[in-house]
Amino acid sequence: MKNNGWIVWLGTLALLLLHQDFWFWDNYETEVFGFMPIGLAYHAGFSIVAALWWGAVMSFAWPHHLEALAEEQEEPISTQRP
Amino acid sequence: MTPLIIIVCYLGLLLALGIISSRSFRGTSKDYFVASHSIGPFLLLMSVFGTTMTAFALVGSTGKAFERGIGVYGLMASISGLVHAAVFFLIGIRLWVYGKKYGFVTQIQFFRARFDSQRIGYVLFPILAMLVVPYLLIGIIGAGKTVLPVTAGAFPDLFPNAATPQWAGGIPVWLTGLVICGVVMTYVFLGGSRGAAWANTFQTIVFMVMGLVAFVFIANSLGGLTNASKVAIQINDQGEVVQPYRWDAANNQLVANDPPKVVGRIIEGENDTAGSYSPRPLLSRQVTTVELENVNKKTGEVKTFTREYGMSTWMFLTYLFIPLSVGMFPHLFQHWLTAKSARAFKLTVFAHPLCILIVWVPCVLIGIWATGILPPLDPTKVSGVLGQMVARLVSSPILSGFLIAGILAAIMSSLDSQFLCLGTMFTNDIVIHKLGSGKLSDRQVILIARGFVVGIVTLTYLLSLVAPQNVFDLAVWCFSGFGALFPLVFAAVFWKRVTKAGAYACILAATLSWFYFFAKSGFGSELVLGPGIMPVAVCFLISTAALIIVSLMTRPPSEETIKKFFPDKAS
Repeated sequence: MKNNGWIVWLGTLALLLLHQDFWFWDNYETEVFGFMPIGLAYHAGFSIVAALWWGAVMSFAWPHHLEALAEEQEEPISTQRP
Repeated sequence: MTPLIIIVCYLGLLLALGIISSRSFRGTSKDYFVASHSIGPFLLLMSVFGTTMTAFALVGSTGKAFERGIGVYGLMASISGLVHAAVFFLIGIRLWVYGKKYGFVTQIQFFRARFDSQRIGYVLFPILAMLVVPYLLIGIIGAGKTVLPVTAGAFPDLFPNAATPQWAGGIPVWLTGLVICGVVMTYVFLGGSRGAAWANTFQTIVFMVMGLVAFVFIANSLGGLTNASKVAIQINDQGEVVQPYRWDAANNQLVANDPPKVVGRIIEGENDTAGSYSPRPLLSRQVTTVELENVNKKTGEVKTFTREYGMSTWMFLTYLFIPLSVGMFPHLFQHWLTAKSARAFKLTVFAHPLCILIVWVPCVLIGIWATGILPPLDPTKVSGVLGQMVARLVSSPILSGFLIAGILAAIMSSLDSQFLCLGTMFTNDIVIHKLGSGKLSDRQVILIARGFVVGIVTLTYLLSLVAPQNVFDLAVWCFSGFGALFPLVFAAVFWKRVTKAGAYACILAATLSWFYFFAKSGFGSELVLGPGIMPVAVCFLISTAALIIVSLMTRPPSEETIKKFFPDKAS
């Protein structure tokens, strides 16, 4: 994550921009597969892309340093009143 | 009667699961609260997904699509797929690591340690509890509204139901809520977080499968997918809102209305700009304002109300802040901590957007189709759209029973985690914190948690009897509050410079701004600002500004605290 962090943030920002699909905003005529309005089909596809994106992110930006920290010995912090 | 028997059997099965899971209980408070960090990838995915998808996902999405059209999917579902997965990956894994290493079982314990402040827990607890309770209400109200139409006519003498004559004889909303609360409370009481994870997994599978089955049967009843897509209301050249088809209940088939039935008309003036209006208003996001008529069949009284189909670009954009709420859900924090390892998160991060797709697309389509089948319903009644569609279009009582069990599964899979989480927070963050560590045995700790679960279930149930009835709007207010607090958790895991005073300022700013807008909405109705801006966007910006400004003006946290929470940067 440390070295590839900027790719994660940049890619997520690009997806946030793609989410604002103003180009299908008033399209009520096109139906994908004969039943699904294009505005809905686009966002269904967006969900699949989001899954693939996070799948990819985990392969190139997995936080190994945090995982190593979790493997270390537990050091309970008391958050109770002394 | 058959659907009711199936629902009762399903609830019995859940109780049995609670009893079985209690046999795996190791008797320690850590096992009761976070299942001793033993939950693997599949159980984690199902329990996290089941927890985030409540009545809001099935009942609320169908009702909101009935009101506004296809835009509801982009508004809540596709953005949630992206943002939830981001929060799980960027924040969830970090919190799991801190929780495992430093022994936290609640979100408040993390904030107390991160901000080196004991008092912050006393400030956060009532706020988090206040925001979780509406979330619980969503489930209880949604369950009642779903069961009522399906059981209509089953008990005419017991439940004459004068208020809604068409559902006379159906199980009233208050009774369904009571039974649901009782069942969930029992298996949470017995099994703790492991019981909740098992029950969630079972229920998530049930509601995903049943949602798809409902979709297939409803689409088939409407003559297939292509035909179903023509059923939604339309606006003709005269500006009248018409239903081109109707459901012939006697013959169980869809028939064309000739001429199409007029149920309302566009409002002149509201639709005179930007390309007038959409002839098929539910299939686009273009804003079209109409006046609809609902005729009371018993009295003949005509009730008119205004409805805005579609949504503004500002509303669509600013809804982005709503799914950020998952970062601050205390019950989700607790689920994250049940994970066996950081790698257990991988399946959840990847599959969460796909699970949302599987559940939401069918619900949104059913909501749109329902506009051509059901009479226009005012906002207080749209939560019953899915139940009414199942009751009318699915002729098999056995199947109806299974479908309603699926809806109840979605609802209960959230309720359990929320009840457990409130019990966990009260026990650890208030009682044990006040008494001091080591004053109570594990057995006493579990007893207190269970006692508080019983208390909060009772209180929530009583509140559900007087709460506003629109599930979607109530949920959005709850999410808005958590979304406004999101900068707190984000800064806690990513910004070394955030200070205790900055955290207090953020909490105060988020709470006050949220409460201001909540009161302005009339305590639970839909509210948008100016051109369609969601209040959560304003609350989020105010709380972020407060956090940054006050943090920069106050002394940085100690080096010791930074080393604990930013080991990679400090070393």
